[in-house]
Amino acid sequence: MKLGPILLAAGFAATAQGAAACEITARVSIIGNEFPAIQTVGAGAQACTGAEVRTNLTADHQQINLPGMQGNPAEYTSAVIANSSIVALMNADVIRPLDDLVEKHGAGLLRNQLITIDGQVMAVAFMANAQHLVYRADVLEHVGLEPPSSYEEMLEAAEAIRSAGIMDHPIGGAYAAGWNLAQEFVNMHLGFGGQFFVPGSAEPSVNSEAGVNALEMMKALSEYMNPDFLTHDSNATNAEFRAGNVALMNMWGSRAATLPTAEGVPPEVAAGFAIGGPLTVGGGDIPASTLWWDGWTVAKNIPDAEAESTFIALMHGIRPEILDDQEVATQAVWLIEGYEPTPAAEGVFDAAQAGTAPYPMLPYMGLMHTALGAELDDFMQGRESAEQALADVEAAYRAAAREAGYLQ
Amino acid sequence: MKHRTFFWFFLPTGLAMLLFIAAPIVSVVLQSVHTPHEAVLIEVENCGPFGCTTETIIDQEATAEIRAERPLGRFVGWDIYLDRGHLAVAEVGALWSETDSISAFVSGLGNLPFYRAMAFTLTYTFACTPLLIALGLVIALAVNALNRRLKGLVIFFSLLPMIVTPLVGSLILFWMVDSRGIIGNFLQWLANDPDLSLKASTPLTWVMLIVYGVWHSAPFAFVVFYAGLQTLPKDQIEAAQIDGASRWDQVRFVVIPHLMPLVTFVALIQLMDNFRMFEPIVGFNAAAHATSLSWIIFNDLGGETRQLSAAAATSVITIVGVAILLSPVLVRTWRDFRSKT
Repeated sequence: MKLGPILLAAGFAATAQGAAACEITARVSIIGNEFPAIQTVGAGAQACTGAEVRTNLTADHQQINLPGMQGNPAEYTSAVIANSSIVALMNADVIRPLDDLVEKHGAGLLRNQLITIDGQVMAVAFMANAQHLVYRADVLEHVGLEPPSSYEEMLEAAEAIRSAGIMDHPIGGAYAAGWNLAQEFVNMHLGFGGQFFVPGSAEPSVNSEAGVNALEMMKALSEYMNPDFLTHDSNATNAEFRAGNVALMNMWGSRAATLPTAEGVPPEVAAGFAIGGPLTVGGGDIPASTLWWDGWTVAKNIPDAEAESTFIALMHGIRPEILDDQEVATQAVWLIEGYEPTPAAEGVFDAAQAGTAPYPMLPYMGLMHTALGAELDDFMQGRESAEQALADVEAAYRAAAREAGYLQ
Repeated sequence: MKHRTFFWFFLPTGLAMLLFIAAPIVSVVLQSVHTPHEAVLIEVENCGPFGCTTETIIDQEATAEIRAERPLGRFVGWDIYLDRGHLAVAEVGALWSETDSISAFVSGLGNLPFYRAMAFTLTYTFACTPLLIALGLVIALAVNALNRRLKGLVIFFSLLPMIVTPLVGSLILFWMVDSRGIIGNFLQWLANDPDLSLKASTPLTWVMLIVYGVWHSAPFAFVVFYAGLQTLPKDQIEAAQIDGASRWDQVRFVVIPHLMPLVTFVALIQLMDNFRMFEPIVGFNAAAHATSLSWIIFNDLGGETRQLSAAAATSVITIVGVAILLSPVLVRTWRDFRSKT
């Protein structure tokens, strides 16, 4: 009997939301990653009426967004991207400048949401992201240690947990061969003060002292990981944490908030779950992490009506009212007006305050990332030296960069 | 058949083959000898949530101009085929002069993506193909000897591995062999080694992929051989029985010779299929231990890099590889054909 009023209220809310209005006139089709905050934005865009709004939110978005936007007309009218993946779209010239649409429909956007490249707005950012420490406070307390602030301390804590017999593999990490492994190297390399390229050129410079140190540290960490670590991506690493097999890990802010809330998480894991800042390494000043923004773009090869509808629908997806829902507010570090940081956002805020470097936005960084992902696993498996692995990375990168026309 | 009749009969097939097989191959070859134009880079001011920085980007206008002039890109001849991602001629030459033993040379080769992929692909192909033919034959003989009522049910279950999509099949197995999965855990218990991990060891990953390959393809061999067994001449078997041949002798001297053309057929198809193996590597997340030419193509095309020329060159190499692999069987078939006419 009590259901009646609730349903009624829900009905009113729905009408109210409908009245808050999002009317579009042309097709909208969105491609993007699948983590919770993007799901929210996608669902918000789909609330628009007047024309069809389709979303394709998948972990494989980077494989398909570019081909899906190169046709004319493009299949996708918008790609939700991050500061790394916008580069591929910029390189291929498939996204349009948004200045006119921002002027017309962009009221309420904050200045720092506008991604401006060479004076033109190319994307609208809606959240910030970074990798930072996630740990089990109860386990650390048990071994009498403070949460680590550097990777060296993480190793000490891991050794203490292992020798106390609490966990065999207390460290988790998204070290899956390919993109994830390369990302961990990017973090560690920046933490050691390394440079990916000779300044002002596309010449690689990862085969350096910083690169070797970064690899040695990753190897040391992997000794405390599940032996299958080269097959563990963020999802698998989170599963390990949720199952109570892992006490310390470097995890994405965008995935941290939902870690203890999934179904079937044992109570001690949910209770002991805690978020820390990003870790430094080798006594460095800046954390071994990277800052990211996630945002959306509008395709170039579509009619103006579709571009306008896409802009309106996505503006609806990131309207400030979505933050009224407490669950949505904890999903990410929103860049939307009126956002109040929640405890889950601590890690990303710490990362930004500690001077973490943004992920490099260079046209050839994607080639470097791919080369790292393909060549570092030999070292991680102990089949070759760090120097050899990094020399392989540079050679693989050079071959690719020469083909793409970045190097002679 | 008259040549005229044959021509009209073959025309639709011929056109379709031209359109869907020959034309794409021509396009791939063309792509593999061209690369994108040199990028025109400019430095611009780039602002976002984390402040403003000076970044390098591609000058789209200038690049578009160059592209409009020569839309195919730069002609580079065989450069892509010879670069480090493919045949790596310069690297192999350097390796040959630097290393003083064959084993050092071979392990150096393993560091180059193409040769590493070939090592696994060839091992996989030559391990899987005979094993699955043998297993398919055993299943076919066993099913053929079954009671008529049981046959249908058993055939259905024997075909299941082939019905399951490779990606799904390998994912299921992937979770079972996980060190926390049922098979992985059982093996740890069996070997009494809690750190044993199929996924962390290269030889074990190879074994796992080969076992999966045999499991997946044996039903194909089974179906073909089972169909062949239905045409087995009864009188020959009876004659062999009267001569006092044991069951094994009957199989060896009557059944297998009768099935030989089918063995050739299965070998042909499976050599081709196994050489192009791809899905299990993705499904088993095994790229750190085992890669194949198809996986290299996938990797080049995907992600943020999209190296179309590199992928095209690998595709052409794959076609050449399949042709080389099949040549002994094709030559033999051709000879048989000639000797009959």
